[in-house]
Amino acid sequence: MGDLVTISSNLLYAAFIIYLVATFFFGATVGTKKQDGKSKAGTIGITLTIIGFLTQVGYFITRWIASQHAPVSNLFEFTTFFGMMMVFAFIIIYFIYRLNVIGLFTLPVALLIIAYASMFPREISPLVPSLKSHWLYIHVTTAAIGEAILAVSFAAGLIFLIRQIDQTKKSKHTFWLEFVIYAIFSTLGFVLITTAFGAMDYETKFEAPLDGQVVTMDYHLPAIAGPHDGESVSESTIGPLFETPEWMRGQEASSKFNTLLWSLLTGLVIYGIVRLILRKRVAAAIQPKLQKVSPDLIDEVSYRAVSIGFPVFTLGALIFAMIWAQEAWNRFWGWDPKEVWALITWLFYAYFLHLRLSRGWHGTKSAWLAVGGFAIIMFNLIAVNLVIAGLHSYA
Amino acid sequence: MNRIKCECGHVNPEGTVLCEACGKPVEGNQHIDGNEKDKLLNMRYEGSARRSKTYNRNLVDKTWNFFSSVKVGVWLIVITLIASSLGTIFPQEMYIPPGADPATHYEEQYGLAGQIYYQLGFHNLYSSLWYMLLIALIGVSLVICSIDRVVPLHRALKKQKPKRHHTFLKRQRLFSQTEGDVDIEKFISRLKKQRYRVTRQDDSILAEKGRFSRWGPYVNHIGLIIFLLGALLRFIPAMYVDDFVWVREGETVVIPSTHGEYYVKNKNFILETYNEKENERFQAALQQEAAPVPSNYQTNAVIYKRTDPRVVGAEPELEPINEAEIRVNEPAKFNGFALYQSSFQQNEFTKMSFKLHETGNEEKVLGEFTIDLTSPKTEYELDSGARVVIDQYYPEYYLDNGEPRSKSKYPKNPAFVFYVYPPGEEKPEISFAGIGMNIDATGENDYKLNLAGFDTRDVTGLTVKKDYTLPFLGIGGLIFMIGVIQGMYWNHRRIWLQKSKDKVWIAGHTNKNWYGIKRDIEKVIEGTGIEMPEDQQQLKG
Repeated sequence: MGDLVTISSNLLYAAFIIYLVATFFFGATVGTKKQDGKSKAGTIGITLTIIGFLTQVGYFITRWIASQHAPVSNLFEFTTFFGMMMVFAFIIIYFIYRLNVIGLFTLPVALLIIAYASMFPREISPLVPSLKSHWLYIHVTTAAIGEAILAVSFAAGLIFLIRQIDQTKKSKHTFWLEFVIYAIFSTLGFVLITTAFGAMDYETKFEAPLDGQVVTMDYHLPAIAGPHDGESVSESTIGPLFETPEWMRGQEASSKFNTLLWSLLTGLVIYGIVRLILRKRVAAAIQPKLQKVSPDLIDEVSYRAVSIGFPVFTLGALIFAMIWAQEAWNRFWGWDPKEVWALITWLFYAYFLHLRLSRGWHGTKSAWLAVGGFAIIMFNLIAVNLVIAGLHSYA
Repeated sequence: MNRIKCECGHVNPEGTVLCEACGKPVEGNQHIDGNEKDKLLNMRYEGSARRSKTYNRNLVDKTWNFFSSVKVGVWLIVITLIASSLGTIFPQEMYIPPGADPATHYEEQYGLAGQIYYQLGFHNLYSSLWYMLLIALIGVSLVICSIDRVVPLHRALKKQKPKRHHTFLKRQRLFSQTEGDVDIEKFISRLKKQRYRVTRQDDSILAEKGRFSRWGPYVNHIGLIIFLLGALLRFIPAMYVDDFVWVREGETVVIPSTHGEYYVKNKNFILETYNEKENERFQAALQQEAAPVPSNYQTNAVIYKRTDPRVVGAEPELEPINEAEIRVNEPAKFNGFALYQSSFQQNEFTKMSFKLHETGNEEKVLGEFTIDLTSPKTEYELDSGARVVIDQYYPEYYLDNGEPRSKSKYPKNPAFVFYVYPPGEEKPEISFAGIGMNIDATGENDYKLNLAGFDTRDVTGLTVKKDYTLPFLGIGGLIFMIGVIQGMYWNHRRIWLQKSKDKVWIAGHTNKNWYGIKRDIEKVIEGTGIEMPEDQQQLKG
């Protein structure tokens, strides 16, 4: 059994590296004259992407065999699968539109998501009774595919915005575009800082009151924000700079808050360095590379991804979810935070489609909506799990 | 009604923007769809006459126009979206710990923000009147929006003719003019190869495909309406039953909400947990967990139907109809009802035995007695002639500010106040006894009661559900999916070609996916001499 698990995680590493290399090949295609799939670098890029995808499918299958249940049952497994489906969605869109630039933006996002996933416990975990159902993989995989296709719409929207927004003067658009880039850097920051301190086996402990009892809270990053009324019990030289606000309660609330601060700070440092090197807005630096990209086509890709992804999302995240909830918890809808945020995502994309179809929101407005939709999906994946845990707290 | 007769001879209803047959813009109505002189035509509803854009005289018109506005619909979506998110800031009332008083819980847990949350009623947001009103408004908007558009749109698409007015063609997004000879026959055969339906009228050609995709939005709205109505049916008592029953091992109880018709027996409740040895693959994960991870909650149950005519006080005659293993995800079903494994209590006490002996000498036993906790007797006679009277019984004992009380009527932590009458004595000694305690209030008791043994059993909690609304929800969901796929995965594409003397005009329109129609046109005009239409709405950049 152990062997299969090792093979499985090696396949995942391999897929990660292959995606990374593919990204560089797609990078080599921008700015060149040939924008369709005919450039050599583009062909190598998509070939590598497909190889990487198959490698990751190999990870998925071996892990399934090893764990004897579909590997979509915890945060690591689900998020990894989500990354894999993003690559899959990109491959589909690539063969419709043959746009290398979509790969250049989708693959890094997928890479970040897979890296983010691997920051969570990777052990094969047992299924609690409510998860023991075929609907586990029917519901979860369909929902993930739907969200992944919608994520391609985000990548296309981002390309559109970087391509089209006037960078000669400061505006709300340039600010928020930089903010999106900063958010991406912060995710990278989270991965880097967690990996760095993880490699050092860093740990510091606090004792703090929780629901009338004193409990020990583990930190795996140096404490910027310590627990409320907490006391350090490690011989740590770096003390907390301040305390987590009192309303953030729970065993891990303060350490999660601390991690968030670290991610945002590291993101700020990365953004600062990049900005210093470029000496202009990050989007302004990328813009000239995208001059050959047709904004009309990118706008259409973004919309197309929503029109393909929306029905899949509805089916997976709402309809299948309801059928399963009816079987497991005897109610198809329970206003659990994860459910509510799936509904919010659905309402948001319904809003997107109505504005586009009936009110003619094209181009920049539509691209911003695609970015907003992805933000909601990420909020549901990250914040609802880590902050507003409900019935879905396992993933 | 003021019908509008077009120069092509077709008579259009009042409010028409583009002639249903030839597409010629109707003078004086162009503002309705925001068409500007010589700019591209708004093709969203084919320029058909919609009620909401035509009449605005009385209250009915005004109400209709309000709800038929997509702007209003979109605002309703946004408001619902924001309102829904508010309800996730703090847990809803149903998710706070059982027994907690919401009036104080939110303030204690979340401070001032929690108190405001509670006072605004956000702890029960999704069942609040205003939230349901929002959903109802969306429902009304769905119906009116759909009817307002689908009827005239259907008319316009049915009445359309291949021969179009030249302004209609020129003001399409895709348009070109070719001078000289073109190969029309080749063009037509290529179109057919691309699975276009081609109709010809003199020298005018209309090629169309995927028209049914235009009905997608209306189909999915019908699905949503059915779904919302299905959810509304839940408020009719006969349609929906949601009840709960605790069943102790060995007990047979009537299933609530079945009018005494059905009974359930709990033969055995099973709780299994993951074992590291048997599940080697989970070893690493299990070691991280402080508590055992459950793998199965199961009730082995028998479901009975009552067969005798119901008489008050008579013992029911029961006929077993279903022997089921009820697990999470595997409910037991019978006659429209379903029993779900929802909850459990382990190790509830059923019997307790006490031994009476002299204080300080456990050898000197005056007798033993057993209390059946489900129906304790008031007095127990012992062999030696001693009597024990139960003065107080606390099934689930706890101390409330020094006062003994019971949390529930279930024997989870039984405790008793006993009056012990030694043989021949008229004055009792008072003893307080329970699990792990035996208190002699006076300190002068000559006799002592000791716990000699106990029996326990598990209790299973089953949810009783009957839900006749599910088929409606299922059909609504199915129709929605059909509609949304129909609308999203197909496109309505049209290509018009018109020949006049030495000129050939070609125009194209699609409701979405312009890249696709351009590729279609590229293929069908290849080698025909027709010039590729120009996209007249290209984004600059």
